[in-house]
Amino acid sequence: MNDALKNKILLAHGGGGRLTNNLITSRILPKFGNEILAELQDSASIELDSASVCFTTDSYTVKPLFFNGGDIGKLAVCGTINDLAVAGAKPVALSLSLIIEEGFGLDVLDKILASAAKAASEAGVCIVTGDTKVVETGAADGIFINTSGLGTKLPGTNLSFAQIEPGDKIIINGTIGDHGMTIMSQREGIKFESLLKSDCASVAPLTCKILENPDGFKFMRDPTRGGLSATLNEITAATGHSMKLIENNIPVNPSVQAAADMLGFDLLNIANEGKVVIVTAPDTADKVLDLCKTHPLGTDAAIIGQIVASEDMPIVEVITKVGGSRIVQMPYGREFPRIC
Amino acid sequence: MLNRIYKAHKQMDAACEKLGRQINIMEVCGTHTVAIFRNGLRPTLPAGLKMLSGPGCPVCVTDQGFIDITLELAQRKDCIVATYGDMVRVPGKTGSLETMHAPNVKIVLSSSDALALARDNPEKTVVFIAVGFETTAPATAVAVREADIEGIENFCILGGHKLVVPAMEALVGAKNHKIDAFLCPGHVSVIIGSNAFAPIVEHFSRPCVVAGFEPMQVIEGIAGICRQLADGAARIESIYQAVVTPGGNKTAQKIIEEYFEPADGLWRGLGSIGKSTLQLKAEYSRFDALKRFEIEEVPGEELSGCRCGEVLCGLIDTPECALFEKECTPDNPVGPCMVSSEGACAAWYKYGRKRKRNL
Ligand code: SF4
Repeated sequence: MNDALKNKILLAHGGGGRLTNNLITSRILPKFGNEILAELQDSASIELDSASVCFTTDSYTVKPLFFNGGDIGKLAVCGTINDLAVAGAKPVALSLSLIIEEGFGLDVLDKILASAAKAASEAGVCIVTGDTKVVETGAADGIFINTSGLGTKLPGTNLSFAQIEPGDKIIINGTIGDHGMTIMSQREGIKFESLLKSDCASVAPLTCKILENPDGFKFMRDPTRGGLSATLNEITAATGHSMKLIENNIPVNPSVQAAADMLGFDLLNIANEGKVVIVTAPDTADKVLDLCKTHPLGTDAAIIGQIVASEDMPIVEVITKVGGSRIVQMPYGREFPRIC
Repeated sequence: MLNRIYKAHKQMDAACEKLGRQINIMEVCGTHTVAIFRNGLRPTLPAGLKMLSGPGCPVCVTDQGFIDITLELAQRKDCIVATYGDMVRVPGKTGSLETMHAPNVKIVLSSSDALALARDNPEKTVVFIAVGFETTAPATAVAVREADIEGIENFCILGGHKLVVPAMEALVGAKNHKIDAFLCPGHVSVIIGSNAFAPIVEHFSRPCVVAGFEPMQVIEGIAGICRQLADGAARIESIYQAVVTPGGNKTAQKIIEEYFEPADGLWRGLGSIGKSTLQLKAEYSRFDALKRFEIEEVPGEELSGCRCGEVLCGLIDTPECALFEKECTPDNPVGPCMVSSEGACAAWYKYGRKRKRNL
């Protein structure tokens, strides 16, 4: 083989023949090694310890592929685990499918897979099935990853919008906007990129811990794309209740704030990848907050506001640091950095 | 902080009482507009104190004719149009740069990105849509200098840089204005220096207070204006002293002067203002897209029903525009003030809408 091509993904890597087999046996299996995957069956067979399961899927594209605090591999694993976690499930197994652009570096692929494997094993989740496709140069941007996840419902949990009522407290497990601002500043090469770090992490250890005692616990969601604004507006739209936030209580990393100010972005709209918004009854809020704070994934946790009855239509209102008030809307369109 | 807020509000109240009429303060700059809305400041101000949004959003003040030229350039196969993201959605006669889906429209973050495009695409002419105030003009000048020195002849700019002070003069020189004072933008003042506002103070007796974009800066800036109004004074004051000097940034001013000269120019809402825009000097005119492509800039037809011009002059608040929230939303903007992240209409939509479903 031509030397220049030796370390690159070729169309044949996705063709199902010898190169595909090589790729799987020499690069993929050793990283994700577990009995179920090693059997290389058309379907994975899994024993579950609960009849009630949660099932989710998500696809991941991110530019740059590697960013401070993570990479597309870790993101694809943590993101899907988080979708299970916030549904009140214990994540059990994942699938991982790759769509790779021809010419992609095998060494880069190795790094991404190693990172995905590490994230999965840290979360105690097995990657039990997967797929690899290679598309022609230009048909994908480097690599796209899809993961699906299966989890078992934790006993006694019943999380739903329907339970939310005025008076309930809203908790977040840490600073907002870190992931989105890291990606954006790295993409745009602004000067404090080195101070920023994505919060990309699996929140399952935290949510499972909290749900050991689910009393008073009403709802969770991970504020990813669209940030806190999107998640909170989803809650108000679904429940018909409104929400009042205290800006001073929303945890923010000062460098992240500085980057957002420079580019003219509202941090409430910026993506997170290791955060969970929790709605609980007022009398359990302090207990949940304490639990969060003693957990490594929630040291900066805070009660950021509460559910209130709507006056006419459901809105999310923020009392700002200087005592002003404004509404927070579902983010729309693309946001562009401001000029100057 | 609470103490400072309390003190500032007392000063605002005192001025309102002393003057016994409505006080109108214009925040010149779009970044201030957004800061005011994002921090929810409007509802906290005394009833007799009103903030008017000004002509300080670079995209919004751009004349319709200029937008139409960008669309025309985007249709040329021999060009790459390099533009700041905020510009692509501004509607012109034939849609916007975005709706044209022209493959040769590239979003850049700076003039140097545009120059890099020219280096990478020697077979095309890269036209950088150079909008912005004195804040972005130095960077455009640097790009022209580099193109000149390196001999990058396939680079040129569509010059839309504007000067803040002539616009302020035009506003307070107009008959129907109601502006009592100006809250002046921190970042522009870093470049031009706070003394640049002298004509406003001297000829029009309007207080000018320079403030940064932190909410406390804005509140104390407004309070500073109120103190002056209560005393019947009109001075230049800067509460952003850490970064703004009276004389400004001489290096930046020098490079602007080296490459540009003030020229009469068209503004949305304000019409033609004498010596209010920056035009490339004769020796660099080969980098001027208008000259290179022999295009003449003519005033464009206003967008029908859109009242951006009046919004920009502080004559109306956005909700007075009949199209607001109905025909005109961020997803389907009718005018530039709804497009730009710094635009007053976008800020009203995002942060200031009333709660009633039927506004
Ligand atoms: S709301 Fe829309 S149509 Fe009305 S002035 Fe603003 S941008 Fe123009």
